[in-house]
Amino acid sequence: MGLRKFIDKIKPNFEEGGKLYCFHSFFDAMETFFYVPNKVTLNGAHVRDAVDMKRNMIYVLIALIPCFLFGTWNIGYQHFLSHAQEVTFWQTFGYGLLKVIPLYLVSYIVGLGIEIVFAQVRKEEVNEGYFVTGFLIPLIVPADIPLWMLALAVAFAVIIGKEVFGGSGMNIVNPALLARAFLFFSYPSQMSGDNIWIAEKADAYSGATPLGTLLNGGGVDQLPSMMEMFIGTIPGSVGETSKIAILIGALFLLLTGVASLRIMLSTFVGAAALGLLFTAIGVSDIPFYYHYLMGGFMFGAVFMATDPVTAAQTNKGKVIYGFLIGAMAVLIRVANPGYPEGMMLAILLLNVFAPLIDYCVVAMNISKRKKRWAKAEERSAK
Amino acid sequence: MNKNLELITAPLRKTNPVTVLILGICSALAVTAKLKPALVMGLSVTVVVALSNLVISLLRKGIPAKIRIIVQLIVVAALVILVDQVLKAFIYDVSKQLSVYVGLIITNCIVMGRLEAFAMANKPWESFLDGIGNGLGYALILVIVAFFRELFGSGTLLGFQVIPQGLYDFGYVNNGLMILPPMALIIIGVIMWLQKPEEDKK
Repeated sequence: MGLRKFIDKIKPNFEEGGKLYCFHSFFDAMETFFYVPNKVTLNGAHVRDAVDMKRNMIYVLIALIPCFLFGTWNIGYQHFLSHAQEVTFWQTFGYGLLKVIPLYLVSYIVGLGIEIVFAQVRKEEVNEGYFVTGFLIPLIVPADIPLWMLALAVAFAVIIGKEVFGGSGMNIVNPALLARAFLFFSYPSQMSGDNIWIAEKADAYSGATPLGTLLNGGGVDQLPSMMEMFIGTIPGSVGETSKIAILIGALFLLLTGVASLRIMLSTFVGAAALGLLFTAIGVSDIPFYYHYLMGGFMFGAVFMATDPVTAAQTNKGKVIYGFLIGAMAVLIRVANPGYPEGMMLAILLLNVFAPLIDYCVVAMNISKRKKRWAKAEERSAK
Repeated sequence: MNKNLELITAPLRKTNPVTVLILGICSALAVTAKLKPALVMGLSVTVVVALSNLVISLLRKGIPAKIRIIVQLIVVAALVILVDQVLKAFIYDVSKQLSVYVGLIITNCIVMGRLEAFAMANKPWESFLDGIGNGLGYALILVIVAFFRELFGSGTLLGFQVIPQGLYDFGYVNNGLMILPPMALIIIGVIMWLQKPEEDKK
């Protein structure tokens, strides 16, 4: 427990009047990150529960670890595959690590830095909200993204997406997705096309993602096999390729009760419904289950759509919200000639509509009960 | 005199038509991708607001209340046509870039807003100054927004390359989002965000 002692020893410096008081938010953040703080609410009613924000956030981080590990390996695998080099497992993984670590450094230094500055100015405490966002952002960008672009996107997402609305828990759209949307619209040549999804790709090698292939008019027969897409040995954003890793994460999130099963399932149902409709009327020949396997659909459905802050809150609302995300994602993929991936835009759009969905669900319930009550009144009057 | 001066200075910050009264947002999104059209647009609106304020204020006692909007519209429309013709005659390329937005000054809420709120109830000289102030307040926001959008979206200012070629060789890329209208909305939002707490203090 050397660390505990060390923290206790330097603590007085950061308290009010101490000489390092100006860094107290940073100190608070680090202390709560390493240890459960012993602070309790001083007044008002509150619930005692082991599940707090810290635990929730850490569960999500644990659920993301399979995606992170596979993604790291896949960066190396795709790189050496494009150069037709035979290398050992550790070389592959090491190459991936060298690509991923800078992304994480940038994501956390910039994001946490801004959070701490805001917390300091507003005299609030830094909380764990950014740990998940910061972990997600590198997983949804191509491995070769220039670091300054990533830094800019993180800054934009944290300031415009989160802090202007009042910080963690008050944001309207998912900050990680906002960072990606910022990159996507700001630097399209670094975020789309066939040449960016494999790290330092050999020039002659085709690096198209399955969605890219379809966008360029390729048929279903030109896609990688379903097994490859399921395991994840395909080019793509860092964390989105392996459906196995995502499903392990999903299982963990569902077992711990962090993510909503309603949202996840209805997202899949929504995609299936519109996918089936499109194949039935002959608009597209992509079977609906291919939409699950291509691009960021599963990653979005499991980790992004279920974000409790930006999703709908009512049970009925969650089903509508998830269904519309799935349907909208497939609609954009099939009907839009400009953007290959619709999941990001679908989730952001529904994030904005989630409060409205909730409002409608609640209002409908109220009017239903009013009618029931009026009927009962009538009956008793007779 | 002091009061007259305030008619011009207040709309620059305290009662800014764009960031405080939230008027004229639409054209602020449309014409601010580059600095030059934003400048021209700002000046055009200033001229139209000032002159229409003056004319309506002169006529204000003779206008029947029931048809005042129509009278105001006729005055504004006439002035807009004049401005449009002047732009076409002297700076044709900018007038091309502004396209329909010069014509749409007629529907700019700032013009109607000032006519209704100020010119109908005040003397000509004050109305004229109020028009100048509000037009400049609008132009100021447009120029700030366009400055950032052109600098980061195209790397230029007033059409001159500002960001050096060396930076591009180093890997710098113009920001595509800056060219898109949503970014203008975000920049206006940020300006409001910076402006608001200062006003709350006062």
